[in-house]
Amino acid sequence: MPEYAVEMRGIVKRFPGVVANDGIDFALERGEIHGLLGENGAGKTVLMSVLYGLYYPDEGEIVINGTPHRHYRPARAIGLGIGMVHQHFMLVPRLTVAENIMLGQEPTKRGVLLDRDAAIRKIEAFSQQYGLPIDPRARVNQLPVGEQQRVEIIKALYRGADTLILDEPTAVLTEQEAESLGEALQRLKAENKSTILITHKLREAIGMCDRITVLRKGRVVGTVHAKETNERELAEMMVGRDVVFTVHRSERTGECETALTAEGITACDDRGLEILKGIDLELRRHEVLGIAGVQGNGQAELAEVLSGLRPTTGGRISLGEMDLSGRNARAFIDAGIAHIPSDRHLRGLVMTFSLRENAILGRQQEKAFSPSPFWQRQGAITRFTREIIDAFGVKTPSAGTLAQNLSGGNQQRLIIGREVTKNPCVIIAAQPTRGLDVGGIEYVREQLLKMRDQGAAVLLISMDLDEVLTVSDRIAVIYDGRIVATRDPDTVDRRDLGELMLTGSLSGTPQPGEAT
Amino acid sequence: MLLRETGLTLLSISLAFGVGCIILWAGGYSIPAVFANLWKGAFGNKISIGQTLTQATPIIFTSLSFLIAFRCGLFNIGAEGQMYMGAMTAAVVGIYLKLPGVLHVLVCLLAAGAAGAAWGWIPGYLKAKRGVNEFVTTMMLSSVAIYFTDLLVAPRMFLHDTRYGSNQTVRVLQTAVLPKLLRPTQVTWAIVVGGGVVLLVWYYLFRTRSGYELRAVGQSPSAAEYGGISVKRKIVLAMCMAGFVAGLAGAGEVLGTHTRFISGFSPGYGWDGIAGGLIARAHPVGVLFSAFLMGALRAGSMQVQRSGAAPGDIASVLQGLVIFFVIAPTLIRRLIRWRRR
Repeated sequence: MPEYAVEMRGIVKRFPGVVANDGIDFALERGEIHGLLGENGAGKTVLMSVLYGLYYPDEGEIVINGTPHRHYRPARAIGLGIGMVHQHFMLVPRLTVAENIMLGQEPTKRGVLLDRDAAIRKIEAFSQQYGLPIDPRARVNQLPVGEQQRVEIIKALYRGADTLILDEPTAVLTEQEAESLGEALQRLKAENKSTILITHKLREAIGMCDRITVLRKGRVVGTVHAKETNERELAEMMVGRDVVFTVHRSERTGECETALTAEGITACDDRGLEILKGIDLELRRHEVLGIAGVQGNGQAELAEVLSGLRPTTGGRISLGEMDLSGRNARAFIDAGIAHIPSDRHLRGLVMTFSLRENAILGRQQEKAFSPSPFWQRQGAITRFTREIIDAFGVKTPSAGTLAQNLSGGNQQRLIIGREVTKNPCVIIAAQPTRGLDVGGIEYVREQLLKMRDQGAAVLLISMDLDEVLTVSDRIAVIYDGRIVATRDPDTVDRRDLGELMLTGSLSGTPQPGEAT
Repeated sequence: MLLRETGLTLLSISLAFGVGCIILWAGGYSIPAVFANLWKGAFGNKISIGQTLTQATPIIFTSLSFLIAFRCGLFNIGAEGQMYMGAMTAAVVGIYLKLPGVLHVLVCLLAAGAAGAAWGWIPGYLKAKRGVNEFVTTMMLSSVAIYFTDLLVAPRMFLHDTRYGSNQTVRVLQTAVLPKLLRPTQVTWAIVVGGGVVLLVWYYLFRTRSGYELRAVGQSPSAAEYGGISVKRKIVLAMCMAGFVAGLAGAGEVLGTHTRFISGFSPGYGWDGIAGGLIARAHPVGVLFSAFLMGALRAGSMQVQRSGAAPGDIASVLQGLVIFFVIAPTLIRRLIRWRRR
């Protein structure tokens, strides 16, 4: 029997504008629990999607139980003994546990009749064997999330999985549920099943896994034994320490008077769970404030709240004397708050609109473009679009080209051109360089700094810690919906920062937010 | 771009006729006889061309109605009901209000539009405030409107014309009539109004801020929201405008073709609007063409029926096939994109 259950060699997976996996080697021993650790965008999920057959790798090969494979679909992956439990469960809520598990592989009596009892017996046997208690007759929509996850695991085992991939399994679980998941994984290990645990939680990786492989920006940083490492070391591996200065941040000029203030902001995410739990922020003119944090700690919602796109449940947002709490996006735009949204396809642009039409999105009410609701100055809009195209180097055949036919970098240039030419007093930039190539990234960063030099207050939200450190004048660390610390990027200890981002506090003596 | 769209549409229509032939052949009908009669009924002589245009007139309005809502990302399949409400209102205003000539017509049109708009407002409001699917509400409200207006002209009801047995109102005043345009055909000035509304809708959608915002909501509600546009208000507005234009369709029939409200006057112009709007690929100017096609099919199928070459329903079959092939390329493209993911 081969030593490894799964071996991935030199996996490369490219997406337009980004290399998600850049030559990854990954080996999973039989009967081990292997943590796959990394920030969002590090390439964990893509790597596992390649293993599960959801993506074909551009290069590299996958050896499963000693046999090399290159291209296969998920159905084949299941046949090869690989099961995946997605972060969002793939269950039919109205069916029972047994019906969900046997879906697609229903046992039958005399070839046609559904044999529910056989399925239930088999499921009960699995549940006993692996210590995953479940009632096969219960309806899935009546089960708590932790048990639904158990259903997913049993489903994978029922289909003959030897290797389980769990994508952020504890993200949806309570503390106790996470503990019992850990116990279940140990039972699976005892049965010689192998598990890959995708996570970005350090404590959990160390507590549940045997070995941990850390990914960063599509590459393997290293593989360590859980017993021989600690959170600090892992944090350092995850966020790295090589700072590449691509733009030069000049000395601040001008007065740093307060522009936008947020006090005790609370807000819910799309599922209605409280994600911002009291944010206090102060944006100042002539300053870039960078938000550092691991994705999912409330950054996306913060950007939306500060641009009027997401209602707050409490707290106060004010711009100088003006109270903006509870106002809509229109009010924020009119107040002079520009927003470079993280999702340019969904928010920043109407993809099926031309550049002309996109150039005035959010600005359509300006007198220069439209003196009344039933009058648009077409010539003025075209001229303005051409100005943006020229001034911001948008590469496009014409002003009438559809936004969807532009590359990501050019789309972003258009958005930045539109927002910057508003002469805003505040710019909320959410992941402004995501998915761009090096040139595009540099350009965007320069533009943000230029706006700051001209007196705007810039809020930079980025998952790229290097970017936050390079561009910001001040760094605020967000963790679990709160700003847990504020630091000076020039003097901050990178490992401290990593620990703050990943745990919300420092393991040493707790320090109050200092160094502004 | 425009050329490609037009080409695709023409291809779809040819394909539809091709498949239509197969169906006719399978049904044992003479294909040449059917098409000869279809042609004769639609374009054979002055009267039949007039018939095509008469049939096309209300479809211009209902197609525009569908398209306005569609551009805002909504499915208004209730133009039929909005048209009936407009028709009834035009009749009432045309009968009871005394005004000089042209002004009376204008007031009737506006009143009919307002009634249609009110009927469109209900689903729009429900969609915006409660997220109720407009597909269901517009369709259900159509039935309500059709039978409600029927009730008003039923025997012993106050709008019933007692001189005749059928469920209809008395004639509208002469001042409120949209005169015939091309005698001896049935074509009335309503078709000119239709042409004017086509231009207005085009101007609104592509040359005004309000229309720009409406299209933004239809293409990407999230981006529209980001652009400071109130998605909910736009939804209500779009449904009101769709209802307004559908109401005009009813006014055109009442003030022009019939000069009175007749219960169940529409053979399904409202539903034809869905096809008309889709075949026009939601472009107002395309509606002139698609409504003409729909009208020709309707006029032609009457002749097919009269001649006995095949049941008149063949027009509905062809209409259905045209829509199918017009939508199919989009569907196929979308499926390919979805598969690639």
